[in-house]
Amino acid sequence: MTTVAATAHPAPAHHDDRSFIRKYVFSTDHKIIGIQFLFVSLFFLLVGGLLAMQMRWQLGFPGKPMPGGGVLPETMAPGGVILPEYYIQLVTMHGTFMVFFAIMPLLVGVYANFLIPLKIGTHDMAFPRINMWSFWSFFAAGLVMLASLFVPDGAARAGWTMYAPLSARHDLSGASFGQEMWSVSIILVGLSSILGSLNYITTIINNRAPGMTWFRLPLSVWSLFITAILGLLALPVLSGAAIMLLFDQIIGTHFFDPAAGGQALLWQHLFWFFGHPEVYILILPAMGMVSDIIANGSRKPIFGYHSMVFAIVAIAFLGWIVWGHHMFMSGMNPTLGSSFMVSTLVIAVPSAVKTFNWMGTMWRGNLRFTVPMLNAVAFVAMFVIGGLSGIFMAATPVDMFIHDTYFIVAHLHYVLFGGSLFALFAAIPYWYPKMFGRLMHEGWGKVHFWLTFIFYNLVFFPMHILGMAGHMRRIYDPTQYAFLQPYQPMNEFISISAFLLFATQIIFFVNFWWSLKRGKPSGLNPWQDNGLEWTLPSPAPHGNWERVPTVYRGPYEFSSPQVPEDYLPQTRRLPSDREPAAASAARH
Amino acid sequence: MTHAAATVDQMRPPYPAERGLDVYNTKLGMWVFLASEVMFFAALIGTYIILRFGAPGEWAKPGIVLNIKITAFNTFLLICSSVSMVKAYAAIQDGDPKKMRFWLLLTILGGATFVGIQVYEYIHLIEHGFVPSGVREGSELAELVAKGQLPAATMGLYGSTFFTMTGFHGFHVTCGVISMTYLYLTKALPGKYTKQSYGGIETVGLYWHFVDLVWIILFTIVYLI
Repeated sequence: MTTVAATAHPAPAHHDDRSFIRKYVFSTDHKIIGIQFLFVSLFFLLVGGLLAMQMRWQLGFPGKPMPGGGVLPETMAPGGVILPEYYIQLVTMHGTFMVFFAIMPLLVGVYANFLIPLKIGTHDMAFPRINMWSFWSFFAAGLVMLASLFVPDGAARAGWTMYAPLSARHDLSGASFGQEMWSVSIILVGLSSILGSLNYITTIINNRAPGMTWFRLPLSVWSLFITAILGLLALPVLSGAAIMLLFDQIIGTHFFDPAAGGQALLWQHLFWFFGHPEVYILILPAMGMVSDIIANGSRKPIFGYHSMVFAIVAIAFLGWIVWGHHMFMSGMNPTLGSSFMVSTLVIAVPSAVKTFNWMGTMWRGNLRFTVPMLNAVAFVAMFVIGGLSGIFMAATPVDMFIHDTYFIVAHLHYVLFGGSLFALFAAIPYWYPKMFGRLMHEGWGKVHFWLTFIFYNLVFFPMHILGMAGHMRRIYDPTQYAFLQPYQPMNEFISISAFLLFATQIIFFVNFWWSLKRGKPSGLNPWQDNGLEWTLPSPAPHGNWERVPTVYRGPYEFSSPQVPEDYLPQTRRLPSDREPAAASAARH
Repeated sequence: MTHAAATVDQMRPPYPAERGLDVYNTKLGMWVFLASEVMFFAALIGTYIILRFGAPGEWAKPGIVLNIKITAFNTFLLICSSVSMVKAYAAIQDGDPKKMRFWLLLTILGGATFVGIQVYEYIHLIEHGFVPSGVREGSELAELVAKGQLPAATMGLYGSTFFTMTGFHGFHVTCGVISMTYLYLTKALPGKYTKQSYGGIETVGLYWHFVDLVWIILFTIVYLI
């Protein structure tokens, strides 16, 4: 009860006398670091979106001058007409920015940092200074990647997967400095992720509040924990591969150059050995946060908590043994291909467990369709479509037909935009009050949700059809092929929908900035949730708690018959609750 | 240090917490970090295995390009420095900071000498014409290639893998020497390590043993076979 009493009169946990620089720039406070990640990665999300818009212009209206394209230099778009060598840079950098600098830091950088200490009940991360380094190496990586757009030869040109030998040899790609900057930036991203992950893992294992047992952890924390393990073990492999790529580029080694005995396929194996766990780094945190939000919005305990945890673990484990399914067309022993196919198909099982559990949670719940809940439900729906198209391409014979077509583009955007980004559109307004003390505007949030949902589907669903028709993935001008000319109206339709989708995001950004100053003050617990973070003032103070709270139950006790209100916070002690052993030990 | 309950301060770590692993945070963090290091070296060593087995021809025979004797001595030195690390750890566990300082200094010297010998080896190799891209034109080694004593087709891969793997190992040893020197100057010399508190020595020791272990693998696969 002490924590409930303490939060009735919100006071900062301890006097905060740090200078502005220590507080907001080189901060070691996990919440500030989370917010730093939020601002920087939202900026990169915008950059990635702008690059995509240019691609869509070229695909919808090939060879026509792009409105506003006149500002681009002659080397990119003379007279506003996008050049092929600029188009391949757009493809490469859109993927790179969205994967490494938008979705991954938005999910892991922002929410692992912000939520883990708040949700497990501790004052800060286990290693606050390492945490700060994690942000600043990410920031440096972002600057290098952004700068590479403006170097004379242009940015990297080998696609975000950087297949060798195109990426390894400058005479093949035509870009030199841009390629090298890509490698350096990715090495720094790897460093940032490793530093972050070791922090999250240590903090969750050792710094949980008294009473916060493993199976009382919210699913968001569970998923971030498993994600951290994936990041910890996958990113060093990417860093190692990027280092070898960089050496091929600058000191003349021959790792990936077949002309000198190296192996181009080796790059693909290393990249996808990292790349497939990376796919789950990009979706598991989204699943975890959506689980929290759906239970809250349904006012019911999450359906099948334990099976949700085991499904996360199973997905993460299977994620290590399926990388070959990205390489069915690269040349592979058919027996090996079959085993990759089977292991990939097995992932459908834990994924389906999660999907049915979300539906079971909502079933006959007292649904509150707030903006976070709407986006969370959209996540489930879109993830199902993306997941089902994933089963298509897991099957080797089907994949041979749709490999490197727009079917793949449709699939990956259904899981990364329809999945991860909708989860973020749920998570950002949901935890916004705890970051800034105010709520985002509900009405404009709903407008943004509905328009995004509609335009998103108009953009990406037709891509399945384009892909089935054989529309190639990274093609510059589809009209040069007779068999694709009948589909050009569909390309135009997708492009116009994409411009509207991008315009809709302006609503989100304006709402975000407007609410910082003008939003409705939120109070402690605007969503009537049970998590520990909602017992703190909004915004949460430096150091979080005066005394770490004591936990008496799991986070999903909604509509409990034990109390009159429909939620039961984790810190509230009922007469039947026993004091956890760790809490009494600490009192001595 | 490990007895959380005995010295609880509400605002300083270790905070009162649910029982996790009975390992303090810095040590757990180091174990977790070493797991990622394993994956990093696995990527480099895996690459070496793939390239060597898939090489378009024979691999250079051991002992022609690389000087095994001097590196064997270097390996012995690094193993000895692991022993002296353990001695430093044991000394402070017994509550003898003077002995700990001696053994820690010896470890630092061992590590620094290792790096020094490696730098000497690199300079020597480059002089003889062994570079990351293979064999330099017109060098001593290029003559051996011309005579057929070294395989022309795989020297590029040999150079690529040798310099990358041993270079990154050397980088790790350098980082270890720097951290140990830092701890020696800021903690060991001012007498901040006691029988009750020696987390830094234990943690840097874990790292040091890991780096040593990696070298034993690298020495075997790069120099001996």
